[in-house]
Amino acid sequence: MSAQSSSHPHPTIARRKIAEALFKVLGLCSLAIGVGTLVLLFGALVFQGITRIDWQFLMSFPSRHAAQAGILPAWVGSTLIMLVTAVVGVPLGVAASIYLEEYARRTWMTELIEVTVTNLAGVPSIIYGLLALGLFVYILGLGENILVAGLTLALLILPVVIVTTREAIRAIPVEIREAAYALGATKWQTVAHHVLPYSSAGILTGIILALSRAIGETAPIVTIGALTFIAFLPPAPITTHPPYVSFDWLLSPFTVMPIQMFGWVSRPGEDFAGNAAAAGVLLVVMTLTMNGAAIYLRYRMRKQVTW
Amino acid sequence: MNLVDSPQPQDWPKPLKAETRALSFSYGTRLALKNLSIPIAEYQITSLIGPSGCGKSTFLRCFNRMHDLYSGNRYEGEILLYPDHRNILAREVDPIEVRMRVGMVFQKPNPFPKSIYENVAYGLKVRGTTEREMLDEKVEQALRSAALWEEVKDRLLARATSLSGGQQQRLCIARALATDPELLLLDEPTSALDPMATASIEELLLDLKRRVTILIVTHNMQQAARVSDWTAFMYLGELVEFGLTKQLFTTPVKKQTEDYITGRFG
Amino acid sequence: MSKSIVVMQEAIRIKKPDAIAEAATRRRTRQRREGAIEGGLFLAALTSVAATVTIIAVLLSESIGFFRTVPLKDFFTDTLWTPLFANPHYGILPLLAGTLVTSGVGLLVAIPLGTVAAIYLSEFSSSRVREVMKPTLELLGAVPTVVYGYFALIVVTPALQHLWPDLPGFNMLGPGIVIGIMIMPFVISLSEDAMRAVPMVLREGSYAMGATRLQTAWRVVVPAATSGLVAAYVLGISRAVGETMVVAIAAGQNPNLTWNPLEPAATITAYIVQVALGDLPHGSIGYQSIFAAGLVLAVMTFAFNILGHMMRKRFREVY
Repeated sequence: MSAQSSSHPHPTIARRKIAEALFKVLGLCSLAIGVGTLVLLFGALVFQGITRIDWQFLMSFPSRHAAQAGILPAWVGSTLIMLVTAVVGVPLGVAASIYLEEYARRTWMTELIEVTVTNLAGVPSIIYGLLALGLFVYILGLGENILVAGLTLALLILPVVIVTTREAIRAIPVEIREAAYALGATKWQTVAHHVLPYSSAGILTGIILALSRAIGETAPIVTIGALTFIAFLPPAPITTHPPYVSFDWLLSPFTVMPIQMFGWVSRPGEDFAGNAAAAGVLLVVMTLTMNGAAIYLRYRMRKQVTW
Repeated sequence: MNLVDSPQPQDWPKPLKAETRALSFSYGTRLALKNLSIPIAEYQITSLIGPSGCGKSTFLRCFNRMHDLYSGNRYEGEILLYPDHRNILAREVDPIEVRMRVGMVFQKPNPFPKSIYENVAYGLKVRGTTEREMLDEKVEQALRSAALWEEVKDRLLARATSLSGGQQQRLCIARALATDPELLLLDEPTSALDPMATASIEELLLDLKRRVTILIVTHNMQQAARVSDWTAFMYLGELVEFGLTKQLFTTPVKKQTEDYITGRFG
Repeated sequence: MSKSIVVMQEAIRIKKPDAIAEAATRRRTRQRREGAIEGGLFLAALTSVAATVTIIAVLLSESIGFFRTVPLKDFFTDTLWTPLFANPHYGILPLLAGTLVTSGVGLLVAIPLGTVAAIYLSEFSSSRVREVMKPTLELLGAVPTVVYGYFALIVVTPALQHLWPDLPGFNMLGPGIVIGIMIMPFVISLSEDAMRAVPMVLREGSYAMGATRLQTAWRVVVPAATSGLVAAYVLGISRAVGETMVVAIAAGQNPNLTWNPLEPAATITAYIVQVALGDLPHGSIGYQSIFAAGLVLAVMTFAFNILGHMMRKRFREVY
């Protein structure tokens, strides 16, 4: 670029400004494609499926006749499996995070654990399905049921829970811990009385995100034998005779919302596409609500916490 | 170069609350404290002064085994706590027990994000005190000792973080006092506070020393001169001079001490 | 309880032997409890190691069974994958091709769009736009993959068929594009991190010489962030390769060795789903075949993940 361009300084700068404006448009377009897809996707679902959603749809079993098919066993199955996933995955993940952040020393074992956590986060979900098939279903002989599905998803969300929990724990400044130790608190007392309570909002955010991911998972559940056509519900957890609580539902065959949708999408014909879309609307509303709640929580936390 | 000139035992304060004997400390491979033998007089205030990086905070944190929280640190030598002459640096000694006898107040006020009451009561809860009356009594006692009771007695359940900086630091002092420590460590307690808050804390310390032995690190020489009975001047991890504050500040023995006090380096 | 503490503290001062013994017992119980708690937490942390080891063990053991019947050479060179037919073929190439083509299309979408979007977000946009876009992109990535599969089959493919009327209902282009948009938020997030790690001083040097924002972005920031960007792409490949439902729904279930995205094909992941949906006796060759295919998938994603993470680590060390 010549320095003696004093006679015509403007064209070059003008050209550069145009290039910059063009790029900004390009950038916005790329983002728009992403956002637009989200809108289009939801729009298509609503357009094709919203009319199908009614009380009958929510309370019926699948059927060969699209108009009579319903999503009852699917959302019951999803709920029950989420229960197992949360009960198993959350304590495991939080406990592992506490260990890694508060107790672990810089040994090869700690390095190994950290490497495996990072690794597991990148494993395709279907591999978790193969793991569950080989281990839970056959080697441990647990069968193809809600328990196994819950355990599989618990393993799947473990890396997510660990990463978000560790981040929440790390946000607590060292001075607070030192103050607790200086007063004679043991490590566990410091964790239980201070670290966990102060990071609970962050941990909760992570749990919501993890469960939202688990609800939408299809591949691992298919692999361990979820059924796309199921004509009965798992036995109820609460019974009318003593001891009033039953665990039979853990061993029951099942289906979940994403699998039901998958089953309907795979069937040729207009009618089932409508059912699939209806299931999709419900799924998207559920996951986006949970994610939205987590994002909002995170936003509120950032404004409140003044370390 | 041997700058250590530990005072002869007959010049030492009596009675003692604690004593370090040939204390050395390393962060990993870096030797931070070299062969320190310093007495801590009972029911008096001893201050540690010296330029940044001389090791005074490192020295202070040996007294409640704070360094144990981080890996790679190593103590050598002894710190004896009187009257039982227990070496609190011994590996058999549980750091938790040391911290139940020795309290600490930090440079930046660090109250827990809990209520004022909960903050002061925490040390007691950790020791197993659960009866409400006992806790109430001790909390009030501690807050009075820290000259904070009158200001907060009507809002004990308010969040500790709603207090001003000076009040928060007094809360931290109350928190440390609630468990009746034998020795109170203060790490530059007023460096984050304004002059008025500083003055009120200095006044408080002069009152507190009647009940608890105090060891204070300060980078503010005037503060050391105002507040302490004995002073130790440290440089690069070694003890340069130790003696009565009045003497050290008016007629220091070592040239280095004189240079530091007169501001020739800092 | 509190009284005994006072007694104990006094005892320490006066050296009464039984009070000291009491303190010692309290210390032992405390230490034992703390030790037990630490042990329990450690076991929880070991779960991830156990899971990794089990994945490797399960994949390997079933694959070993598989390879006892199928020679390795056939596995890697046969051009047909028909394990469930009367005359079975066990060549992984068709599945591999399906996986690579769909992922390739996806990356062709995600990398340019994602990088441009990331540059825009990092270097140009106001913080208000960023505040809105980040959560939106997060939501985009949170939609269940089965819904994206529906989208690919019911919306994208028919739309593409307007452009190419001969396009079959099952093809690799539609799902490929959808996969690209699906992993876009991931690529954007990592790329933005990489660019944000470039220190301001480098940008300031460029502005001080009279460069525009675009020039600074292209000539200073992007080159400085290159290894971080490439790491983002590599990790994106791993994501695309592992994607299951979109391709299972919209790409077809018939293995087809082709590099033409306009044809239907099956990916490794789609094959596993297809077999899992059916009934296969434990120990049969069909059952083992999904583990062999899974092993190939695992090795691929593992390689990309390790590569991507190593690059990211090295990038962060530089800055």
